[in-house]
Amino acid sequence: MELKEIITKKLNEHFPDAGFEFSEYVGEFNIKLDKKFIHPVCKLLKEDSELEFLLCEDITAVDWAKRKNRFTVVYHLFTLKHNFRLVLKCDVDESDCNIDTVSSVWKTSNWQERECYDMYGIKFNNHPDMRRIYMPEDFEYYPLRKEFPLMGIPGSLSLPKK
Amino acid sequence: MGLEAKLNGDGFFVTKLEAIINWARKNSVYPMPMGISCCAIEMMAAADPRYDIARFGSEVMRFTPRQCDLMIVAGTVTYKMSHVVRKIYDQMPDPKWVIAMGACTSTGGMYRSYSVVQGIDQFLPVDVYVAGCPPRPDNLLNALIHIQNKIGNTRAKDFQNAKRIDLNVIQNN
Repeated sequence: MELKEIITKKLNEHFPDAGFEFSEYVGEFNIKLDKKFIHPVCKLLKEDSELEFLLCEDITAVDWAKRKNRFTVVYHLFTLKHNFRLVLKCDVDESDCNIDTVSSVWKTSNWQERECYDMYGIKFNNHPDMRRIYMPEDFEYYPLRKEFPLMGIPGSLSLPKK
Repeated sequence: MGLEAKLNGDGFFVTKLEAIINWARKNSVYPMPMGISCCAIEMMAAADPRYDIARFGSEVMRFTPRQCDLMIVAGTVTYKMSHVVRKIYDQMPDPKWVIAMGACTSTGGMYRSYSVVQGIDQFLPVDVYVAGCPPRPDNLLNALIHIQNKIGNTRAKDFQNAKRIDLNVIQNN
């Protein structure tokens, strides 16, 4: 059985009501799911001895600006055992702008989630250290949101006195 | 030979103190290598035997600001980094000079973006700008020669009313 089928079967078995949408795009296997299930799904993908997605390559987000569910949080996972990449996608709405953390599954996602919070303002629930990572801590905006101007907001970042 | 040949029978000559101080100062410029990004590689190349910044008396790159009189800001300065750069500049003893090396440092360069300071002259008094992305080491040496000429032209009165550093800047930032 192909790995995609194994993943599909396992996920449907363990989480029958997670609303999975499986698709494939440019050779990568995409799974869309309800954001409530992100933590248990990631835990299964990592800890299942047949899958072993040990590497969380990136966590980022997409800002769709005017769409109903404004953001999509994207997880890029990789399994060394099968040399296979997997993309997880969760929709997050602006009015309820949070998602569960997976930093207890992969330690590396601690900083990736902090970056995502810094740039898009998506809060990660139960994250051990939910602070900004790049921008100064007193910065009030989220730079990669669509409404943020390219050159920033004048006066929002301080310069030393001349 | 050299200086001795200029001496007359009595073994002394008359000059201005200003001139002799400037002569000493401009031939022993200690750079503070503020290497922030890729321009720092070219700055290191300027120090190697091929370009040899030692020919101009500037081979002593001091990694503490307390012993430097020239700051070479080599690289992209972000708003977050600008406070660090200024803090190091403030710790350098007077008199001091600044070279803005490369396009990013001088104008923001290709980083026309919210996070990058569009030219360090917004928070530092820059003496010489170096063009290039990154500039060739020869270009940096040229800037150093410009700095030397500038030092050679200083007068004692230039320093007499110099602004003292506001110590609060160091403590609070």
